Amino acid sequence: MNKKVLRIYFPLFALPTLIAFIIGFLVPFGMGIYLSFCKFTTVNDAQWVGFKNFQEVFKYDSEFIHALWYTALFAVVSVITINVFGFSIAMLLTKGIRGTNIFRTVFFMPNLIGGIVLGYIWQLILNGIISKVFDATLTYSATYGFWGMVILMNWQQIGYVMIIYIAGIQNVPSELLEAARIDGATDVQVLGKVILPMVMPSITICTFITLTNSFKLFDQNLALTNGAPSNKSQLLALNIYDTFYGRAGYEGIGQAKAVVFFIIVGALAVAQLFLTHRKEVQQ
Amino acid sequence: MRNLKKGIALAMAASLSVCAFAGCGEQGTTTTASTNDTNSTSTQSTAAAEGGKVYYLNFKPENSAIWEELAKTYTTQTGVEVKVQTAASGTYEETLKAEMAKSEAPTLFQVNGPVELKTWNDYCYDLKDTSLFSNLKSNDFALMDGEAAKGIAYVIETYGIIYNKTLLNKYFETDGAVVTSVDEINNFDTFKSVVEDIQAKKDDLGISGAFTSAGMDSSSDWRFKTHLANLPIYYEYKADGIGSTSAIKGTYLDNYKAIWDLYINNSTCDPKMISSKTGDDAASEFALGEAIFYQNGTWAYADATAEGITDEELGMLPIYIGAEGEENQGLCTGTENYWCVNSKASEADIQATIAFLDWVITSDEGRDALANQMGFVTPFKTFDDGYTSDNALIKAADEYIAAGKTSVSWNFPTIPSEKWKDGVGSALLEYAQGTGDWDAVVTAFVQGWADEYAAANGDAPAETADQ
Repeated sequence: MNKKVLRIYFPLFALPTLIAFIIGFLVPFGMGIYLSFCKFTTVNDAQWVGFKNFQEVFKYDSEFIHALWYTALFAVVSVITINVFGFSIAMLLTKGIRGTNIFRTVFFMPNLIGGIVLGYIWQLILNGIISKVFDATLTYSATYGFWGMVILMNWQQIGYVMIIYIAGIQNVPSELLEAARIDGATDVQVLGKVILPMVMPSITICTFITLTNSFKLFDQNLALTNGAPSNKSQLLALNIYDTFYGRAGYEGIGQAKAVVFFIIVGALAVAQLFLTHRKEVQQ
Repeated sequence: MRNLKKGIALAMAASLSVCAFAGCGEQGTTTTASTNDTNSTSTQSTAAAEGGKVYYLNFKPENSAIWEELAKTYTTQTGVEVKVQTAASGTYEETLKAEMAKSEAPTLFQVNGPVELKTWNDYCYDLKDTSLFSNLKSNDFALMDGEAAKGIAYVIETYGIIYNKTLLNKYFETDGAVVTSVDEINNFDTFKSVVEDIQAKKDDLGISGAFTSAGMDSSSDWRFKTHLANLPIYYEYKADGIGSTSAIKGTYLDNYKAIWDLYINNSTCDPKMISSKTGDDAASEFALGEAIFYQNGTWAYADATAEGITDEELGMLPIYIGAEGEENQGLCTGTENYWCVNSKASEADIQATIAFLDWVITSDEGRDALANQMGFVTPFKTFDDGYTSDNALIKAADEYIAAGKTSVSWNFPTIPSEKWKDGVGSALLEYAQGTGDWDAVVTAFVQGWADEYAAANGDAPAETADQ
């Protein structure tokens, strides 16, 4: 009976989501791949040109290559800092100190503000500091922009990964911790041999989220530096956007870049999931 | 515990996606005004049956409210639906691209000159047989593609160095002033010594600098990478007797450097700070009397007078760069705003759009809106009977023409691409803040022009195209 009911109603309930998924994801995705092989001005008026766009991406566009390395460096730095800080704060906030709940809320709050707004707020803050200390502005050099974005990303994402780590740490069975203590393990050993292996699923999730978010970062980049100076602080997503919208006749090349971008992010994410997944232990 | 974890993760994921959507929504601020912009299919078909409708994608955010009002008036009078949408500042090309891909595409849009026309040529209806074209004072105000009139200019604008007469007169009265009347400033050398003397006496004059900040934020950098760059281009074209080129030589780049040095070294702020100075910063510095000189055009009238500077206090000087014969140089006058009618719209919509434009340039309401409310000088004959603007900066421009000075034409619409402007702008900024040298500007100017021209005209970009 139940199965039959399920079979009848399954399409009905799944349909809205399915339609939304097709319209909002599958169709644009398919169109995007098709358009990367085309020359076009508006997306419904395209001419097939084959692999020409992809050749141009790698052959001539040194800005794309620069953005690629800049993004990679940014992703490495922010993945490490966000996860280290997030985990440390999660450890602190599971010790049962007073006001734990308030701290958790406070640390999580920045994540609820949109990227553009955060970008402009931090632009003001950082410009204020840099103009006092270095007598320059955020867009003076790409190094300032880089660290500005790292700080911004940390501020926004630490609270988010912290929540996931807290859930993971609280899930570590207390009998394991107790047994380790009885066996004479030091704090460092408890952390390294018990807690870390037990929260490995959280680490997988958090590195995945921070890695893909860092690679796809757009709003914050746009609001904070907009690529200045000379597009040297441009991350990949902004480079693609600028190519597509900023240059007449380069829409197809921008689209080809987006496909390359998708392949890079997809490959990295899968590789990272595979690597960290291997380290997970069963309870 | 496990469920709790899942629950938290789900809630977090949901909140994240909400943030992401909110972020997307904030970028494109557009306004629509129409008596019926819900676009339900039934109203569409009736409107089309009555003879089409108009959708204007407006370029100038400062005029959006006036256009919306005008659209309402027209709809009330004729029953034809007119939708006006305004692209957020600096995003016209993006918005146009996105809107053109829709089934309800703009029927009326604009291009900024021959280079951008190349992108949109297939979408531009030939306006040669319309009253718009026949009402132009000169065919030079139409954007021609062979025999076809693809774009019609609707505003003529002028820029130069706007100055504050009160403060400048105060300088003339100081001891050892280089000159004692603004009429004596008619070449770069005089102007330079005046500016440098003002800068030296800035504390006595109660100002922060001779020039407003030369902001290189995207809201302000076009004043230098486009408008100021027009002067070396103008003089080179003039010397070579050409109107456009595939390869610029950069004959007047030393002059470009001289005027840029003058701007950045005699302003209200340190050159290192200009990367984040905005157009609003410069406008408010001028309006508050913190600086005497402000390079901008007739469109800045409202901003310049926002804080109580009166019409009598406003003047405009030509931008002298030290070229030969510049004593007779006037202000820079031209247009980069051409109306185009979407040729891919339905015939009914095209005719409705042309009728709307005809109404705009002939009716009292339309002419009042353009000339008085927007403060435009238009190239149409229909405005001659009483619809001239009372913008003080336009009057200053007229005085130069009356005095027999030669206006500098706008040659920047022949710049091969936006990318060229960005390249020159970035190099100017790096030079100003000391992280780059002038050679980079020369490279971006000369080599960048050749590369971008080649890229824009279908040849393969050269190796250095994007450096």
